[in-house]
Amino acid sequence: MEYEAVIGLEVHAHLLTESKAFCSCANKFGAEPNSNTCPICLGMPGVLPVLNRKALEFTVRMGLACNCTISGVSRFARKNYYYPDLPKNYQISQYELPISLNGWIDVETPGGKRRIGITRVHLEEDAGKLIHDETKPVSYVDLNRTGVPLIEIVSEPDIRTPEEASEYLRTLRSILVYLDICDGNMEEGSFRCDANVSVRPKGETTLGVKTELKNMNSFRNIQRGLRYEIDRQIDALTEGERIVQETRLFDPVTGSTASMRSKEQAHDYRYFPDPDLLPLRVDADMVERIRCELPELPTAKKERFVEQFGIPPYDAGVLTASRDLADYFERTVELFPNPKTVSNWIMTELMRELKGDELGITSCPITPTHLAELLRLIEDNTISGKIAKTVFEEMYASGAAPADIIKKKGLVQISDAGQLTELIGMVLDENPGEVEKFRRGKTAVMGFFVGQVMKASKGKANPGLVNQLLAEELKRRCAVED
Amino acid sequence: MSDLCEKTATELARLLRDRETSSVEITRSVLDRIDAAEERVKAYVTVRPDMALEMAQDADRRFAAGDVKPLTGVPIAVKDNMCVRGQRTTCGSRILANFVPPYDATVVSLIRKEGMPILGSANMDEFAMGSSTETSCWGPTRNPWDLEMIPGGSSGGSAAAVASAEAVVALGSDTGGSIRLPACFCGVSGIKPTYGTVSRYGLVAYASSLDQIGPIALTVEDLALMLNLICGHDPLESTSVPQEYPDFTSFLDKSVKGLTLGLPKEFFGQLNDPDVERVMADTRKVFQSLGVKFVDLSLPHLDYGIAAYYIIAPSEASSNLARYDGVKYGHRAKDFDGMIDMYCRTRAEGFGSEVKRRIMLGTYALSSGYYDAYYLKAAKVRTLITNDFKKAFESCDAILCPTAPSPPFKIGEKVDDPIQMYLTDVFTIPVNMAGLPGMAIPGGFSDSGLPVGIQLIAPHFQEGRLVQLGSALQKETDHHLKRPPL
Repeated sequence: MEYEAVIGLEVHAHLLTESKAFCSCANKFGAEPNSNTCPICLGMPGVLPVLNRKALEFTVRMGLACNCTISGVSRFARKNYYYPDLPKNYQISQYELPISLNGWIDVETPGGKRRIGITRVHLEEDAGKLIHDETKPVSYVDLNRTGVPLIEIVSEPDIRTPEEASEYLRTLRSILVYLDICDGNMEEGSFRCDANVSVRPKGETTLGVKTELKNMNSFRNIQRGLRYEIDRQIDALTEGERIVQETRLFDPVTGSTASMRSKEQAHDYRYFPDPDLLPLRVDADMVERIRCELPELPTAKKERFVEQFGIPPYDAGVLTASRDLADYFERTVELFPNPKTVSNWIMTELMRELKGDELGITSCPITPTHLAELLRLIEDNTISGKIAKTVFEEMYASGAAPADIIKKKGLVQISDAGQLTELIGMVLDENPGEVEKFRRGKTAVMGFFVGQVMKASKGKANPGLVNQLLAEELKRRCAVED
Repeated sequence: MSDLCEKTATELARLLRDRETSSVEITRSVLDRIDAAEERVKAYVTVRPDMALEMAQDADRRFAAGDVKPLTGVPIAVKDNMCVRGQRTTCGSRILANFVPPYDATVVSLIRKEGMPILGSANMDEFAMGSSTETSCWGPTRNPWDLEMIPGGSSGGSAAAVASAEAVVALGSDTGGSIRLPACFCGVSGIKPTYGTVSRYGLVAYASSLDQIGPIALTVEDLALMLNLICGHDPLESTSVPQEYPDFTSFLDKSVKGLTLGLPKEFFGQLNDPDVERVMADTRKVFQSLGVKFVDLSLPHLDYGIAAYYIIAPSEASSNLARYDGVKYGHRAKDFDGMIDMYCRTRAEGFGSEVKRRIMLGTYALSSGYYDAYYLKAAKVRTLITNDFKKAFESCDAILCPTAPSPPFKIGEKVDDPIQMYLTDVFTIPVNMAGLPGMAIPGGFSDSGLPVGIQLIAPHFQEGRLVQLGSALQKETDHHLKRPPL
């Protein structure tokens, strides 16, 4: 029997607010343990939460970017469970009335564009971190992360393959980064994902029993974990077994998933409206203001790039992977209006230097002005494409302007016909045998002569002009000897 | 001249302003009274003479410097559930027996700014859960009028301290009657302001949607001074109402002639105590003589008040008290086997039986499958009760009713009968459910000489009207001036 998988994803994204969600502590990664804490996030007796307005705005921003309806009134709820990294032993989250509901995003998949439903985008606070001593049965608690604002983005069960899941997550992440509300860093846990997975015979419309997958902390592991879990479920069903509703943990070392807790062991979180936080009225004017301030999102930008600049969709996809990279491209094209050339240089030379990390563009030592200058120098034959690559490396290393590098290193292209004719004459004089071959009709030696001229000019000769002058000179010499 | 400690805050403030006494003199007088009476009354969990005198000296320096506010120099007792930075705050619970807050509650900051010496922390029912101050892990507070009797709760320490002149004024907190009931039983005056009026920041939460801090004092005049100090918007609290408050003392001399008091039949129909009935009748006569009119009215959903309260308050409490787990502060069990066992033993040892009962009730009510039938239903009842009051206030300016169904009862009499104990709050709980301001003031005495109080309830943010009515009554009567024969 052929099976299909049904996947829904829950993404948690740390918001880039200055302070925590319900107190004024700094929202910073990597500080001394327990240094970014106060009585409020430590859950001291008597403290009360006050919502960070920025965190609300950021949530609305994401809700709008995901085409959600923004709730006029929403509520914070307490999710009750005991764990030492949760000082109040409840998490302030949202349950019945999230800030945004019922949206969608479009995702490019190998099988074409797919629209994935977004169930909700809500705001909550993060827990702290436990550090387990490996030498003795002791655990330490670091509460720096406690109270950091998180948004939870829940998808509809619209995803069918691990590849789609991965593309969905990449799209979601690039939206978050575009909106400037999350740094998208998976290693530091600012972008985390849990998955709900079930399988069913293809064509069936009812859902199978699902499992929840946790601990997949990279795009690759999300694909691995889902692939393993889908295969496991299909194998089980094929063997006539039943799927048990449970939470499973992905093990990145073995690439497999293992049961963590069963449905019976599942927590009863006893959600109820947090009496310390009044119902939240999201002001329609604020929503409109945020809507107006939304930046162009990756999909729209990509489509515009294809249309406006006439570059291939693949190029547009790479260039719009980050807002800064896209801005970089556009600024360069403004100064050097040949989009395909700019795109080629960014996608090959620049991405090589950035080691494939499009987010590194913000600290790139080559400014769009310098890159455009370089491309102009190639265009007007001041330097050859080959020399340009050397100049580019130097620009990346030093941040210097291309003209300065070319001048300093004497890399200006030789386009002077007299100078080149002299070089050509020299090469031909030194290689009478090869000239003879040419005369007998072996025109392939042209390449050899060009190479020798380039070498003699230390790569600075204008290759087009060399070709032209060389052909003329050979023709002349052969005619003379005939 | 009576001892300084027996004077009202208003009198003391005048003496201080006229430089006829000093804050140190007053504070010493109160501390002397504490020395003399505390062993019998047990109003305090912790008395801090050094801190109080130091603060009194500061206050006197302020008088010398002319930097004076209305209550500067007047000593105060703070209920043991309000955080005082650097001073043990226990909530009457073993689980917080060693807890020293690193911050001040907003009301404590206000008291410091005003320059009121803090005498210590007043005893209370554990986590404010109780009507008798018997559930404190430090033992019961006794009623200064009869040491065999309970002082009411949960702010029993605050009320007993004011009644016995072990404090000039005190702060209490009121979730279902915890200011008004002890004020009533101890023969003093207390007011629970409108929910959202006084900051809860730093008040150790029992039931967040019901808790409200308020003052206890000898006279309504003193209450007005205290309201001026503690009412106000606090940006540290989301449920704090951002609005301006009037000068409550401006209501003290306002005539009550022409005002209408509502008499809910659901309250009066339940009366079966002759002392309470007599006091209510006497009070009506006084108000009548002042030109107050009366109207009978109905609050049809009042009967469900206690039932709904004992769903909502324990539900919130079960979550609010989850943080006491032995991980970060407070009591931690010595011997345990693993994390869960540590939680269980810590909480089993740290909480008393009434707190455990309410945590269990609340946990049950919020459980999946029961939430709709209990919590959600109770929340709806709460709305109905609030609407009943709204409707009632269309035909009256305030409501007059008893504070408690009977005079104070004996220590131990109801502590093992939770339902009987809960019924003590039948007249006070609906006021919290609706978030209204309620004032308890002395109305007379029982045949056996115990205080009996009356209650006035006003629409939201109409504390001024309560001050107006209460002070008018106290100008005509002298029950509030009587002191227990300690």
